[in-house]
Amino acid sequence: MCHQTVSLVARHLEANGIPTVVLGSALDIVEHCGVARFAFVDFPLGNPCGKPDDAAMQTSIVDSALELFEAAHAPRTTLALPWRWESDEWRERYMQVSPENLAELRRKGDERRAERQALRAAGRTRQE
Amino acid sequence: MLDGVNRQPVPYMERSRLYYEAQGFTRAYTWAQFDDAPFSPMPKPLAESKLVLITTAALYDREASDPRYVASAPLVPPPERLYANDLSWDKNATHMEDRGSYFPVAPLLAAREEGRIGDLAERFHCVPTDYSKRRTREVDAPEILRRCREDAADIALLVPV
Repeated sequence: MCHQTVSLVARHLEANGIPTVVLGSALDIVEHCGVARFAFVDFPLGNPCGKPDDAAMQTSIVDSALELFEAAHAPRTTLALPWRWESDEWRERYMQVSPENLAELRRKGDERRAERQALRAAGRTRQE
Repeated sequence: MLDGVNRQPVPYMERSRLYYEAQGFTRAYTWAQFDDAPFSPMPKPLAESKLVLITTAALYDREASDPRYVASAPLVPPPERLYANDLSWDKNATHMEDRGSYFPVAPLLAAREEGRIGDLAERFHCVPTDYSKRRTREVDAPEILRRCREDAADIALLVPV
């Protein structure tokens, strides 16, 4: 959801004369929405600027994103950065649905619906 | 596929559809989709441009139930940490204890010092993640634009969690 939010904001800034770069990790969400410039880091969600405690990688990634401001000459320019996470297990595991966690997910869903209903009833939601 | 390992980008839209379907939500979320994409050419070289940083992390440790609003804070000195416990990210695979992994203030300060960007806006902005695309487009995005103009920012770097 964060990737959709910044994509919508980036589009608004671009439409009003401010060039943007989105630096993120959810390729499908950003490209589905459509932005001017996207620096894609194929990492688990949460570390788009590089692995924790790896300052050299973080600097390299951010420098690449900065270069994209001038390198892109048309909208929907995606720059896929070459960095790899140390393993690939996270790709299948994120938001995994399996026979083992179905009951737990259903319970979470029930909790979430009840919470939302209570928030709406209490007026604790944004009204704009 | 390399070495029998799936290294395709994660299909987050499909993954979340199945995940929330399993939670019993009956109406699939419609993700924002546009045929066009607005594009602004650089009005001046990067080395002369003032950059503003925009994040979806928060200035305080929100409850998942707290309403979220646009917020801003000084970039220098940067906050010791930002908060994202109420957001969806891969809490099994990684952590967000190192600010530099999602909020790139150190590389940006270095880029300014070395003259690769002209300047940095004095403050950064936090944009709230919202299921409502309408609220993002009609309320939050215009507010971010207003603040960027107040900052006299020429360009924006947006970093989602």
